[in-house]
Amino acid sequence: MGNKNIKVVELDDVVVKFAGDSGDGMQLTGTQFSDISAYVGNDLATFPDYPSEIRAPQGTIAGVSGFQVHIGHKEIHTSGDLADVLVAMNPAALKANMKWVKPGATIIIDIDNFDNKHYKKAGYVEDPLGDGSLEGYNIVKAPITVLSRSTISKLGLDIKTMDKTKNQFAAGILYWLLNRDLNLGEDFLKDKFKNKPILIKANIMVLRAGYNFAETIEALSTTYRILPTKNRKGKFRNITGNLAIAWGFMAASERSGRPLFLGSYPITPATEILQELTKRKNFGVKAFQAEDEIAGVCAAIGASYAGNIGVTTTSGPGLSLKSEAIGLAVMTELPLVVVDVQRGGPATGLPTKPEQSDLLQALYGRNGESPVIVMAASTPSNCFYYAYLAVKLSLEHMTPVILLSDGYLASGSEIWQIPDINNLPEINPPIAKENDEDYKPYRRNPDTLARYWALPGTKGLRHRVGGLEKEDVTGVVSHDPLNHQKMVSIREQKVQRLVGEIPEQKVIGDESGDLLVVGWGGTYGALLSAVTDLQKEGKNVSFTQFNYIKPLPRNTEEIFRKFKRIVVCELNLGQFANYLRSLFPQFTYLQYNKIQGLPFMIYELKKRFSQILEEK
Amino acid sequence: MENNNNNNILTKKDFAVGQQVKWCAGCGNYSILSAVTNTLPEIGVEKENVVFVSGIGCSSRFPYYVNTYGFHGIHGRAAPIASGMKLANPDLSIWVITGDGDSMAIGGNHFIHILRRNINVNILLINNKIYGLTKGQYSPTTPFGSVTKTSPDGTIENPFNPGELAMGAEATFFARVVDTDPRKMKEVFVAAAKHNGTSLVEILENCVIFNNQVHSSITGKDVKDDNQIYLEHGKPMIFGKERNKGLVLNGLKLEAVTIGENGITEDDILIHDARNPDDTMHYLLTRMTQPEFPVATGIIRSFESTGYGTLLEEKINHAKEVSPMHSVNDLLNSGNTWEIN
Repeated sequence: MGNKNIKVVELDDVVVKFAGDSGDGMQLTGTQFSDISAYVGNDLATFPDYPSEIRAPQGTIAGVSGFQVHIGHKEIHTSGDLADVLVAMNPAALKANMKWVKPGATIIIDIDNFDNKHYKKAGYVEDPLGDGSLEGYNIVKAPITVLSRSTISKLGLDIKTMDKTKNQFAAGILYWLLNRDLNLGEDFLKDKFKNKPILIKANIMVLRAGYNFAETIEALSTTYRILPTKNRKGKFRNITGNLAIAWGFMAASERSGRPLFLGSYPITPATEILQELTKRKNFGVKAFQAEDEIAGVCAAIGASYAGNIGVTTTSGPGLSLKSEAIGLAVMTELPLVVVDVQRGGPATGLPTKPEQSDLLQALYGRNGESPVIVMAASTPSNCFYYAYLAVKLSLEHMTPVILLSDGYLASGSEIWQIPDINNLPEINPPIAKENDEDYKPYRRNPDTLARYWALPGTKGLRHRVGGLEKEDVTGVVSHDPLNHQKMVSIREQKVQRLVGEIPEQKVIGDESGDLLVVGWGGTYGALLSAVTDLQKEGKNVSFTQFNYIKPLPRNTEEIFRKFKRIVVCELNLGQFANYLRSLFPQFTYLQYNKIQGLPFMIYELKKRFSQILEEK
Repeated sequence: MENNNNNNILTKKDFAVGQQVKWCAGCGNYSILSAVTNTLPEIGVEKENVVFVSGIGCSSRFPYYVNTYGFHGIHGRAAPIASGMKLANPDLSIWVITGDGDSMAIGGNHFIHILRRNINVNILLINNKIYGLTKGQYSPTTPFGSVTKTSPDGTIENPFNPGELAMGAEATFFARVVDTDPRKMKEVFVAAAKHNGTSLVEILENCVIFNNQVHSSITGKDVKDDNQIYLEHGKPMIFGKERNKGLVLNGLKLEAVTIGENGITEDDILIHDARNPDDTMHYLLTRMTQPEFPVATGIIRSFESTGYGTLLEEKINHAKEVSPMHSVNDLLNSGNTWEIN
């Protein structure tokens, strides 16, 4: 132990951001730090912040890669607004992240990279360490590069390999600062490099060196402790939204007994779902990388006709391309699950940034009256459940489902209590029986209005479906005016009847009051955090987040009626607000919209809600 | 809705539909439909395992007229719909019915990729070199300079030859037939069904309303023997009313010659090798056009190569065998997990 006078402060939560060059191992360090925090029982959420360039020039702003982790003793619902601690491996990382750190934050920099050459690359005109811009922050100038190299100079590694251990020096400082058990970090490294003993040794030596460095310097005289989260028992893992969606589909396949078929085309930020499913052939998953978005959805529809769970995954631009084919699935009344991991648009837009601007496209973006079920996941881990439920509803109701996620849920992670898939609701697709003499292609279950799924290969059920309008019951091509009106109504009704099946909408806080905060999808964490903070301050504000968009839960109107004001918050210009206006025009909807390719910040939400509460 | 006969021997009647067929009188589709329903009893597949898939166009109404499972898709997308269907259930015998608009224009991308993947479906590409359903606009196979509703002063774009595209996409089976020859259509369709991989059959078809006589220079009774060459594997490339014409290779080019003239004997005539993995000769044959050459019909290329579907099944079976995971629960509990008590 050093001979400093160390003060230990207990914190409810802390936000740490690791930032450096793409090659600096910031994602690894962030993952390591979040894993060991989860292991000791903290709640947490993470968000990686990749550049959209693959390997932008070293030392430039465009090449900065970041990883933010929000660790709590309290429950954590977002990856955090602003960082309490920033690790900046070079001036570009500092420059890119200064607007995302709290006033007074601790900023750990690798002083060895703070020279004129690096300032120039980062676009600094003045030396940021000398121009007063960092006043009020606790700057820890650590010679990370030099000390990392000297620590392992005797191991015989080349400079490039030696420099790859630098991130562990930074990690070591954090272990000290947040009173983490160094052994856990060492275990992580032993596992990470399990086939490369020399790298285990080098990384552990540098990790310890960082820890020891932190122990001895004056700038770090206060350390912090985040106690384990209360009432948390069970088996846990970390999960991202994209992984959760892939696994939810596989769980649905196992429980329904229908094989899973994915037809997809790589597109940011949805690609990981395709990548994950290509790895799961052992579960019989067929993941088909098609030649384009249209082929992806069409292959899924073909697979669905043949009796598989047809799924396609995409982002906004891909959803546009799939529109006509989704209409085909509506017309043929086949199951189809379309995942749209939303990103900034229109056109190519902001490929790596989250937005909620595809809502109306999901609801209405097809020719003709083309109703589909629209759902939205709201946390990285509940992507699992909504993927599962999307399959269940699509199969049981013989109707396409569009499941909305976004770039924030997709790459963000949180701690997830591992479920037993056998406890999930049963999935019973309406499969037609062999040689059923009453079978007609458009004969329906009178309750759900779903037609029956007659799988090719089944004796006695030969039939034809297609994109042309069909006569009800018989399925013969029909241009009869009244039949068309009837079929259009049936397809809409089939979706509306889900209202009886989906759960009632829940309100967090009082069931009536001055202000109801309304959100949908991936903004849940930020909205919940803002509202609960205000509630703790004694403000009269409640919150409801929608996962079912079409149809809306049956008690929606009833909820709205009990509040003086309603504010609809979304990462677009007001698509959900307009949807609600069209369905429930009797209410006035205030809006809070942000469209910057960024998630909501809790502080900005609190500010806006407080303003509304003060307005008369 | 089925007329199941009890003795398992399928006939043409098993595949006929009661529904009225709605093509124009004299349309080439009628003879193609007849050849297809004649073919189906002979491919050794139960009728409930047959699926017809189509896109959009006159020919794409086809599935409604065959009493099997059927899927009438959207414009250009029959190939990916069929791909998904086949990969989902490899036991199905899948027939894609498409046209020159459906597959050469809007569905051109899917067309080359299904061939490249060699997924085991049969594609009947009905080529009448015109858009019929929209009433007479030029298609990607319409000859240069043709006057149509959208080219009142003649087209100014070069046409595709579907066979050339197919060779470029590494097709493993390519045949060409004319709609006026039911016997040869059936022969080729049976071979296409038996080929393990994507089988592409181009059917040169007459559109009686919008492009009448488009193929008459090769299908007309008086000229067909001289202007067509029906290729058969292992047989010499001989054609002509008198069976005295043939093809020889002159440098890197084919040449049509007359046996008995300029010292040419039957021994000089090329022997057709449809099974050659190298498609150079198939490409040359595919490109032959009038008046210099007869148009090649018959099975131009038939080369067995393991396709996407077979490989996918192999990989899945292998993964199932070696994986220690038997339930998604195993996956959820794998990797980095922790328990808090």
